[in-house]
Amino acid sequence: MRKLIYLGPLLFFIITAVYFALPILKGKDPRILPSAMIEKNIPDLNLPPLLETKPGIDKQALMGEIQLVNFFSSWCGPCRTEHDFLMRINKSEIIPIYGINYKDKQNAAKAWLLDLGDPYERIGRDIDGRTAIDWGVYGVPETYLIDKHGRIQYRHVGPLSESIFKEKISPVIKALRKQTNG
Amino acid sequence: MIAELGHYALVLALLIALVQTTVPLYGAARNDFSLMGVAQPAATAQFIAIAIAFGALTHAYVTSDFSVINVAENSHSLKPLLYKISGVWGNHEGSMILWVLILALFGFAVAQFGIHLPPTLKARVLSVQASIGVAFLGFILLTSNPFLRLDPAPIDGRDLNPLLQDPGLAFHPPMLYLGYVGFSMAFSFAVAALIEGRVDPAWARWVRPWTLAAWIALTAGITLGSWWAYYELGWGGWWYWDPVENASFMPWLSGTALLHSAVVVEKRDALKSWTILLAILTFALSLMGTFLVRSGVLTSVHAFAVDPERGLYILAILVLFVGGALIMFALRAPSMKLGGLFQPISREGGLVMNNLLLSVATATVFIGTLYPLFLDATTGQKVSVGPPFFNATFVPVMIPLVLLMAIGPMLAWKRGDLSAAMSRLWFAVALSFGISIFVFWLHSNEPLTPVIGFALAGWLAGGTLKEFADRIGLFRDRLSRSLSKARRLPRSAYGMTLAHLGLSIFICGAVADSAWRTEVVINAKERDKTSIAGFEAQLESVNRLEGPNYHLERATVVIRKNGEYVTRVFPERRFYPVQQMPTTEAAIYTTLLADVYVSLGEGSKDQGWTLRLWYNPLIPWIWAGCLIMVLGGLISLSDRRLRIGAPFKRAHKKVQENGLLENA
Repeated sequence: MRKLIYLGPLLFFIITAVYFALPILKGKDPRILPSAMIEKNIPDLNLPPLLETKPGIDKQALMGEIQLVNFFSSWCGPCRTEHDFLMRINKSEIIPIYGINYKDKQNAAKAWLLDLGDPYERIGRDIDGRTAIDWGVYGVPETYLIDKHGRIQYRHVGPLSESIFKEKISPVIKALRKQTNG
Repeated sequence: MIAELGHYALVLALLIALVQTTVPLYGAARNDFSLMGVAQPAATAQFIAIAIAFGALTHAYVTSDFSVINVAENSHSLKPLLYKISGVWGNHEGSMILWVLILALFGFAVAQFGIHLPPTLKARVLSVQASIGVAFLGFILLTSNPFLRLDPAPIDGRDLNPLLQDPGLAFHPPMLYLGYVGFSMAFSFAVAALIEGRVDPAWARWVRPWTLAAWIALTAGITLGSWWAYYELGWGGWWYWDPVENASFMPWLSGTALLHSAVVVEKRDALKSWTILLAILTFALSLMGTFLVRSGVLTSVHAFAVDPERGLYILAILVLFVGGALIMFALRAPSMKLGGLFQPISREGGLVMNNLLLSVATATVFIGTLYPLFLDATTGQKVSVGPPFFNATFVPVMIPLVLLMAIGPMLAWKRGDLSAAMSRLWFAVALSFGISIFVFWLHSNEPLTPVIGFALAGWLAGGTLKEFADRIGLFRDRLSRSLSKARRLPRSAYGMTLAHLGLSIFICGAVADSAWRTEVVINAKERDKTSIAGFEAQLESVNRLEGPNYHLERATVVIRKNGEYVTRVFPERRFYPVQQMPTTEAAIYTTLLADVYVSLGEGSKDQGWTLRLWYNPLIPWIWAGCLIMVLGGLISLSDRRLRIGAPFKRAHKKVQENGLLENA
């Protein structure tokens, strides 16, 4: 009996290792949205505004045009990395960005936007992280591309950058715009 | 040509490591001294070969040889020399070379300084160490070769991530690796002991200095990283519970436990199989950190370029070494002789509690870090675990640990007298009470949490100081007698006292900063003023300048107190054109009691600039506390006993009888 105790660490390790191996063997990159969510309608949401000057976000607000939804937090280091690029998207008016402020303190988030600039059309507060769970957010920052019918078309985990935008997101946007026009 | 030389040296190192893995191990089994003797020159040769490879890569970086892919992707000709060098380990391939370099360095050190090691143990340790080298050298050569050429060579490189172009971060990875990889030594000793089937106090005596050295480096590495995050990320925080931070913190916690349990093996010949297990787990956690950063299994700021093939390879290494060691543990450990018995209330008992609490703390961080991964694999649900989880689960485990830290060192070995120890704790109680009253008086209309934190820090400092005072008979004997006792006290005793005091100081800093940090954000034009925590800050001017490989805006901010000039600080906002990325360089005015932290945001002359100011009370104590812990470790490491290796067992017993009980 006593000998079995000594097997404990090994069993525990084997279980952990299996969990480590699963995502790699399945070829699952956490940056790629599970196919189940693509083409699905965005989940219901109704988020209070962060700023007094801009309304919050509900499902209706996210319908009608092609747009990005960006989950961010002032406590998140990588969000800072992508912020400058979001500002540039905003300036160039390529595509509107809707911000969802994830599990953040209101004052901290406001200060963050004041400091780095505000690239968002509207900002909603996801205070308890409920919306993030519905959307399947893995960790902030995370960005979703929504078509005009409110369906998720692409998802990017981690900070956005010019090269990622050009290679991964721009082509989808172009394809969607073509569909609409043609 | 030099890059090819480096490549060749790496292949050579792999071959030497293969020899070093097999021949001495076989020799130890056959008790053949000439075969065992191969280990020492092989370890030296392996280290030299890897050092040549590392030198060749560094040469490529310093001379900006962009015909090497690795250099072209991670360097730039305009980068300052320091960052050209630190760029060597600022990427996946180069950091792996540094990893094996340090691995071989530790093997080399054991070969050179382990003169007193029994020959079979030494041969086995070096051969296990070399087998880790084989695995990682193979990994580098097969999946991550930094010496591959690029034809045609680009005119200039893509530059290193600007956030990493910082003196703090230049030395953060090497320190961290010294720590991570240093635990490989404890692992090799543990596996060698399992092969021999024997663990005795002498074994613990050999393991401790290596574990201690690794622990010191890891402490310093984590501190540097946290310091860097504080001043470079530009928002005043110092610890984020990021998965990769956690990956370095877990081996630190279990390494700390190992350091303490090895003391019990050494002094009392008990807790042997537990110590072996801890040594295996600590290195397993170090390897896991390496795996998590490079496999893309978890997403993080720190993640290197993700490649599933690499992830799978490192996972295979992890399974092979940790799985193998744990199988041997399951087979061999049950037959290990139980050592000295002890009562629950005793120094051993205290150290067992220490180990249990540290293990629970490690488990807490482990669960918080990997829960999203487990949940995703089983249910497909995706969640993220943030600081609230860790604050709610980790901190409560730390409270009893700190309470115990004051009591434990006062208990005697084997059978302690709790009431006697308690009666010696009056000073801890008094200091704890005094500090709480003081803190309460300072901030009487605020929540009580910081008061509890300070009470704990006071308790720990009081207990530690009293224990030290009693040991040298301060206030009981004449001062001259106390001083001569203090001189004779082993350095490891000073080490423990300092390390525990360091933690107490760290707690003060962490508690004060999380409870009383204040923050002001203003939009300021030149000559606008604001005030924070009794200081007045005025934006004097903002100038546009050119750095070596970046543009910058530098603000001049005057800080005054009660109308009197204190200092000028210069926060910067840089923009790196090659990577198209801005960074903030905060300016910090520090006193011993607080930092005034100024960070410059976006803006222009007409519209004004965003200026963020923080007042971070006692934050310098966080770094000071960590540095004191490192210092304690270094002093303990310089202890003669550890330096010369283990003396004979009999001499060791005598020291115990003389009542000169040392501690970690």
